Amino acid sequence: MSEPEDAPATTHVIDDGWRRVSPKYVVVEVVGSVVGVAIVGIVGGVLWSIFELWWIAAIAGGIILVSLISIAFEPRRVRSIAYRLREDDLLFRRGILYQRRVAVPYGRMQLVDITRGPVARWLGLADLKLVTAAAASGVAVPGLPLAEAEELRDRLVALAETRRAGL
Amino acid sequence: MSAPSEGARAALSTDLADGEWHRLHPLTPLLRGGIFLIAIIGFVIANLRERVVDLFLIAVSPGTPIDADDFDGDPVSLLVRSGNVGWGLLAILVLLLLLLGGFFLSWRLHTFRITSEAVEVRSGIVFRSHRSARLDRIQGISITKSLIPRLVGAAKLEVSVAGQSASVQLSYLQGRLADALRADILRLASGVKAAKARAAAPEGAVTDAPEPAPLAAAAAAPGDPAETPAGTTAGNGHGDGLVQRRVDEFLAPELDPDLAPPESVVHIPLGRVIGSSVLGGSTLALLIFAGVIVWGLTSGSAWVLFSFVPAVIGVVTYVWSRITKSLRYSIAGTPDGVRVGYGLLSTQNDTLPPGRIHAIQVGQPLLWRPFGWWTVRINVAGQTVSASGDAQRRSLVLPVGTIADVRRVLGLLLPDASDDVLDRLTTTGMVGTGGDDAFIGAPKAAAWLRPFSWRRTGYAIADGVVLFRGGVVWRSLVLVPLARTQSVALHLGPLRRMLGLALVRVHTVMGPITPTLPVVARDDAESCVEQVAAGAIEWARLDVSDHWGGARAD
Repeated sequence: MSEPEDAPATTHVIDDGWRRVSPKYVVVEVVGSVVGVAIVGIVGGVLWSIFELWWIAAIAGGIILVSLISIAFEPRRVRSIAYRLREDDLLFRRGILYQRRVAVPYGRMQLVDITRGPVARWLGLADLKLVTAAAASGVAVPGLPLAEAEELRDRLVALAETRRAGL
Repeated sequence: MSAPSEGARAALSTDLADGEWHRLHPLTPLLRGGIFLIAIIGFVIANLRERVVDLFLIAVSPGTPIDADDFDGDPVSLLVRSGNVGWGLLAILVLLLLLLGGFFLSWRLHTFRITSEAVEVRSGIVFRSHRSARLDRIQGISITKSLIPRLVGAAKLEVSVAGQSASVQLSYLQGRLADALRADILRLASGVKAAKARAAAPEGAVTDAPEPAPLAAAAAAPGDPAETPAGTTAGNGHGDGLVQRRVDEFLAPELDPDLAPPESVVHIPLGRVIGSSVLGGSTLALLIFAGVIVWGLTSGSAWVLFSFVPAVIGVVTYVWSRITKSLRYSIAGTPDGVRVGYGLLSTQNDTLPPGRIHAIQVGQPLLWRPFGWWTVRINVAGQTVSASGDAQRRSLVLPVGTIADVRRVLGLLLPDASDDVLDRLTTTGMVGTGGDDAFIGAPKAAAWLRPFSWRRTGYAIADGVVLFRGGVVWRSLVLVPLARTQSVALHLGPLRRMLGLALVRVHTVMGPITPTLPVVARDDAESCVEQVAAGAIEWARLDVSDHWGGARAD
């Protein structure tokens, strides 16, 4: 990633700014939303055809509308997800309306998790999750290309090892 | 590893921590399963009561006529009538022997050992279990003496490590051994770290043993006269002084006066215990619940009872646990960590080794303000957020105390903080009204979100501790040692962004405290996050509390 030599690469980090997740991750989010919309539409349609209550249609319609609007903002939201490796900690940010920024020191990482959903697997993406002793840390970097995710995981584990602190 | 650990062992005050397998107190099965046995016997006796009364009548006046039909379905009558009394007695005998055999076996097979690396317990007759806790992962050791075990001089020692319900229990041990063993375990734990540090250092330093000795000697000396003289074997308890010793042990002060310097000890007067419980927030809840229940009874709505009586029981248990914890309460700094002890009939004391405290909250309910009382809670690893009584008790370090008490407790909990932080910052943090002081406060726009407390809300960072102040009705000051923070987050919602504000949250291990700064100017928030993030790395690097034994010796 940053250093060709193995030994220094594990103990030293060159801060190369914010890195965004793969733009292809938009597809994962959109597919998820579309599936949700479809389910709401089918359930709402069935209920409405059975009971013929107008408010069922209204609620289902409202949910679908909101989902469609949020799908329109999806590319912008995915662009807002980024991480940055600094000398001793990892920064993570996401969100446009509700922004959240987290700094996790490498030494506090307890484990690094890679998960892949069906759509992400089809696109060659993976989600990387950092777990610290605090449940609230909740740093999950979604939509990384698999190679990058695995490289990042190994790197983070190595970094955590060299900067290991107690609990 | 062997040379230093043997050196450390030379200074131990019991021979239980010698790395060999040991057995527990011989009464252990009775104390653990005894309640069950007594319940069964009680049940049997209660059911045979009439029979026993009749037997008594026959014995007193043999002429009394007994109507055998009264006990037709009774197993005893059946036995007598069919002439199988002998078989019945034999069955009872076999049952008793089986029980005794089971007790004996479970005692034989329940063994523990303390090596220089871990505390291990093996138990179980059919399903064997083997649990071990690494010494360098110990988050705290507690000793519980419930009433009945206390009467026979037994105590339960519990070693907790980080993780949900991850603890190794040694129940039961001889009461006076438990205290010594705790000191030994903690000494070994600190010695392990010292040995590790030396192993990492250039070789040659490994051979010298006496490094952990100063601490060991300092800690062992006070307790020694009472603990060492050959009293370590279980069989020694049959002397003339047995009863005398039980009584002495029962009446002994909860905190051994030699264990800690008296100026570090905090006690709570009885009046304050009662007053604080009455004026605490839960009393209000209790009154409201009681009112609702009375209303429900008078208006005849039965559902009220079902929904509110459990709530009342919950509140009462909470208040009761608070009161029992406050009775004979003491907190003291010992060489092996902060020791919190309490209890009147059942006593318990917890020892937290240095560097195990992840967050501290100093709080004051509204009604306590006229009296100047405060309460102190902490986050430690391995506790659950659930309001289970045990976790509640463990997190409550000072049930009620004055500012001076809080100052002393904070001094114990944050041994590395300077007096400046402890005196100036915490006092302003507790009673300061905000405005122009040591804390970086929120701008006036914050009044939209926190109409009352915005002026008091603020943060300060000094000496590796970040302080969050807030609350006007329910004042609170949260202190987080930067060496223990896990991560830090900045949240920007639409409303806060409009007002030029931000929310800062410091993540610590799970516990009753979530350190949050709800409103702060955006620039200040950025700098706060930056300072906490940098400080977390810096102070973790400097942190030596993990191997406190080595730190002392250097």
